[in-house]
Amino acid sequence: MKVLLSWLRDFAPIDGDPVALGEQLSDLGMPVEQLDRLGEGLDGIVVARVLATRPHPDADRVHLVDVDAGGGEALQIVCGAFNMGPGDLVPLATVGTVMPDGLEIGRQKMRGEWSNGMLCSPRELGLGDDHRGILILPPGLTTGAPLTEALGIERDVLYDLEVNPNRPDAMSVAGVARDLAARLGLPFTLPEPAVEELPAERLGDVSVEILDPDLCGRFTARVLRGVTVGESDPLISRRLTLLGMRPINSLVDVSNYVMLELGQPNHPYDLAKVAGPGFRVRRARPGETIVTLDEIERQLSEDDLLVCDAKDAPVGIAGVMGGADTEIDASTTDVLLEMAWFLPIAVARTSRRLRLRSEASARFEKGTDPEVIELAHARFAELLASAGARLEAGIADERGELPERRPVRVRTSRLNRLLGTELDRDWIADLLAPIGFTPTPAGDDLDVTIPSWRYDSSTEIDVVEEAARMYGYERIGRTVPPTVHIGRLTGRQQQRRRLRSLLVGRGLSEAMPMPFLAPGDLERFGLPANGIEIANPLVAEESILRTSLLPGLVKALATNTARRNTGVGLWEIGQVVRRPSEATNGDANVLPDEREALGVALGGRDAADAVREWRAVAEVLDVASVDIINGAVPGLHPTRSARLVGPGGSEVGAVGEVDPNVLGDHGIDERVGWLEVDLDALARLPSLERIYRPVSAYPSSDIDLAFEIEDGVPATAVEATLRDAAGERLAALRLFDVYRGAGIAEGRRSLAWSLRLDAPDHTLTDAEVAELRRRCIEAVESAYPATLRG
Amino acid sequence: MTSDAPSSGPPNGGDLSREIRRLEDDARVRVEAAATLDELRGVETEVLGRRSPLGLIRQRLGGLDPDERRTVGKELNAARQAIEALLTERRTVLEGAQRAERLLAERMDLTEVLPDVHPRAGHLHLVTQAIQELEDVFVGMGYTVAEGPEVESDWHNFGALNFPEHHPARDMYDTFYVEYGPPGSTLLRTHTSPVQIRVMTAGPPPYYCVVPGRCFRTDTPDATHMPVFHQLEALVVDRDITFADLAGTIDAFTKAYFGGDFASRLRPSYFPFTEPSAELDIRRPDGTWLELGGSGMVHPNVLRNCGVDPEEWQGFAFGFGVDRLAAARYGVADLRDLFTNDIRFLSQF
Repeated sequence: MKVLLSWLRDFAPIDGDPVALGEQLSDLGMPVEQLDRLGEGLDGIVVARVLATRPHPDADRVHLVDVDAGGGEALQIVCGAFNMGPGDLVPLATVGTVMPDGLEIGRQKMRGEWSNGMLCSPRELGLGDDHRGILILPPGLTTGAPLTEALGIERDVLYDLEVNPNRPDAMSVAGVARDLAARLGLPFTLPEPAVEELPAERLGDVSVEILDPDLCGRFTARVLRGVTVGESDPLISRRLTLLGMRPINSLVDVSNYVMLELGQPNHPYDLAKVAGPGFRVRRARPGETIVTLDEIERQLSEDDLLVCDAKDAPVGIAGVMGGADTEIDASTTDVLLEMAWFLPIAVARTSRRLRLRSEASARFEKGTDPEVIELAHARFAELLASAGARLEAGIADERGELPERRPVRVRTSRLNRLLGTELDRDWIADLLAPIGFTPTPAGDDLDVTIPSWRYDSSTEIDVVEEAARMYGYERIGRTVPPTVHIGRLTGRQQQRRRLRSLLVGRGLSEAMPMPFLAPGDLERFGLPANGIEIANPLVAEESILRTSLLPGLVKALATNTARRNTGVGLWEIGQVVRRPSEATNGDANVLPDEREALGVALGGRDAADAVREWRAVAEVLDVASVDIINGAVPGLHPTRSARLVGPGGSEVGAVGEVDPNVLGDHGIDERVGWLEVDLDALARLPSLERIYRPVSAYPSSDIDLAFEIEDGVPATAVEATLRDAAGERLAALRLFDVYRGAGIAEGRRSLAWSLRLDAPDHTLTDAEVAELRRRCIEAVESAYPATLRG
Repeated sequence: MTSDAPSSGPPNGGDLSREIRRLEDDARVRVEAAATLDELRGVETEVLGRRSPLGLIRQRLGGLDPDERRTVGKELNAARQAIEALLTERRTVLEGAQRAERLLAERMDLTEVLPDVHPRAGHLHLVTQAIQELEDVFVGMGYTVAEGPEVESDWHNFGALNFPEHHPARDMYDTFYVEYGPPGSTLLRTHTSPVQIRVMTAGPPPYYCVVPGRCFRTDTPDATHMPVFHQLEALVVDRDITFADLAGTIDAFTKAYFGGDFASRLRPSYFPFTEPSAELDIRRPDGTWLELGGSGMVHPNVLRNCGVDPEEWQGFAFGFGVDRLAAARYGVADLRDLFTNDIRFLSQF
């Protein structure tokens, strides 16, 4: 919402430094997005008459314009805009002028031709956003006159305010003035328009019927006669322009002006074109259509409210936009003026569904003031009086359901308990009264009647907020609640931090890829296509929720590869989302299957490195028993991948290398080791119970055992057997050699372990060590197709 | 047995004394001549061993009369001690030489060390670093850390937070909906506030928690907006938590996280789930303001929606975006850089 300081001053004697006033507006909850000082920096700009235009001999993008700046002599100007012709009046920034943006105009040569000043666009003058051409001034101005004088430009301040959904009142100049006046302790007055009324003549025929009173709280119509549609009063068109609306004609301009000033959207119909004349306000029927003012046919639904003529033909979508058929035009003389109150949520719904936002809908959906309508009619008539309009006495006025305005009990103790203040009842009353919240004492408390222009407010807490706002948030004290609570991370959160530290310590950096995939990504990565789609994606390439961290991290490595960074190790801990099993799908209370996952991508390293990362992760996360089960995993190298499986066959992840085809598709020509862990699944597994094993003070003994074992027997399984066999005497176990080739039978390989044995209370004897060795060998040889190598 | 050691005949004290002096002189020459520790060990055996000439003289002492035995015995011991001292001295010299030789051979220039093939230390993402640091500040203030899903129900994200359906306030949040359940029922959370609902429906007050997390809005990526971003919000509900506590807590947090020379300011605003609501600004030491986030007293309807009696319990919430803070701290001008995952970017933090 834009407001002009001069317009605010129509309602309250607001004065002071524009910046300080802007800070007050911000502090009232209407932050100033932009502040423009108007009419400054226009000294030196004069009205000039175009005498002739000529091509520049040496440039196409500019031409030469000869102007008379009052001296009767032709001044040559080089100009980049072509929208003027001989006889037009244009603003000329003379040599030496400092423009509003600080640019100083000098006499200069442009491609060999002198330019003796600059012709200006509206934007260059700070008079609007238009920068498409030079501002063509109204005819009749005196050549050579200062522009400010010729146009009657006064110094003014334009504020662009951000308006929150709970401030319907701030959608009008008067409403902003009321708030600011209250803060500054100034009187606020809504002037009574002086209107002479004609006796009712046509109004008697006007019928108004509200068929759906739940959506339409009030509908009024008045008749204005004798309008001559023409140009608006300069004050009106200037204010409209500055507030961002294009002046069109006197009737449309007054309609907009009243809306901006009082916040009441309104619709002038050509009385001659409205059947009846009269209105029926009703819900649209299924399949009903209307052509709106913008010449677009709109499909309506039963949620939409229509304003129809007395013959039930739609003439407008209530609160959103009028229809094309009853549009006023230059021939209009008699006007049927509609002002109404529509249910905010209904207008919001319709305008959203039709993707049709208007200045009217923006106000109706916040909630307009149903009781400002009389004033708005009169103001409309007053402003249009110069165009010949005369208002007929009387009003066609029907009411539907309006919000109840019962007084709200505001407890002084409650207010102070919420705000941490010590305001007494009368102080609160004094804060509220100036903004129209009418307080009546009720013991220590107040009964507050909420003003009709604050649709948003209806409860005690709403009033508390108003009191706090008017008191000033910065005046409320600052305390810190006593901390008697223990702050700490949960076990899971601590574990996540340890995991992060581990990965960083292992030389891997954390990546944050976008969690969205393109259609076909999952298939390209060999993953099941069970990703949930985004209903309204920004772009198709990011329209599916990731089910795995693989695509994101591989793409991140691809980005790095393309930028000549290879051998990069990245990881991510993030959410993956899958469509759950059929059983729960469709139940609105059940969310998709969302899990926290860890992904590690090791550029330039292989599956063995990935397994080492997994071991480190398992160590730091206290993983008790998860097996590495060789086998193809979607998206991974089919002969270099394994599933990570917990007790009872629960899958907790996968380890290996990314499928070479996938890498090739992404321009990656190094191996990529891969580890993905479902951290939620892992957290559900029993974790390793760490019980202290006393460190032996006695010397340990080492034995090495090499077995020839059939391929297919997992080394991890043999290792588990060795652990069992050695029992509590085992201090450490390490696989130190894997060998296939000469001396080993086809289909077998040699695996060699080193076992360190000790006892807590003595040095193991040779006989004890020999017995343990025998037991280990026997256990392995009896459990697997394996023989000890000699 | 050496030729100059008399082997027979009755021992004569004077002869033995001369013999000892000669042997001592001889040993001195040989010790000095030893060039290595191995040689020195050989010399030691030859001059002091049991079968060395001095050793043999000791065996012959028994043949002397008691007086001579005492005199010669003393001379013999003195000679042995002198030779041992010589040996020790020589050993020290030789050991020093050997160490010097080894050190020279092992010499390294520590300015020439090649880098690791793989980086020794990786890097935590800028945003994670910021979130961890923020969490730590709040944990220090007595808060726990709460979390919730990224794919949320409309009720948690909006309904329970006092956003009526079709309410214009929903326009403040450009929402991604997902094809799951009835249309419009499931979405990508637009803020971390649905976790407030999850915390409050999970158990009774009081609540002192902070919620970090990833959020989503249909913002086209540019230098200052991303469709995926991170928020952190705090929720405190207890019996007598006031707006003044909100302002004071924000101030305490501001000073703890940004530094003592930063300050905070609250300005009236609107969020459906808080009332009174406030914008939260931070004043930098240079006097400029940073619009950080939103805050307010938890709306009574939100408490009610979670089964918490607003007459008994009250509190505040405040939240803000993390990414811009993290980026600003290091002078990263374009938020998109945070998510390109270029290692040259990641490894700078």
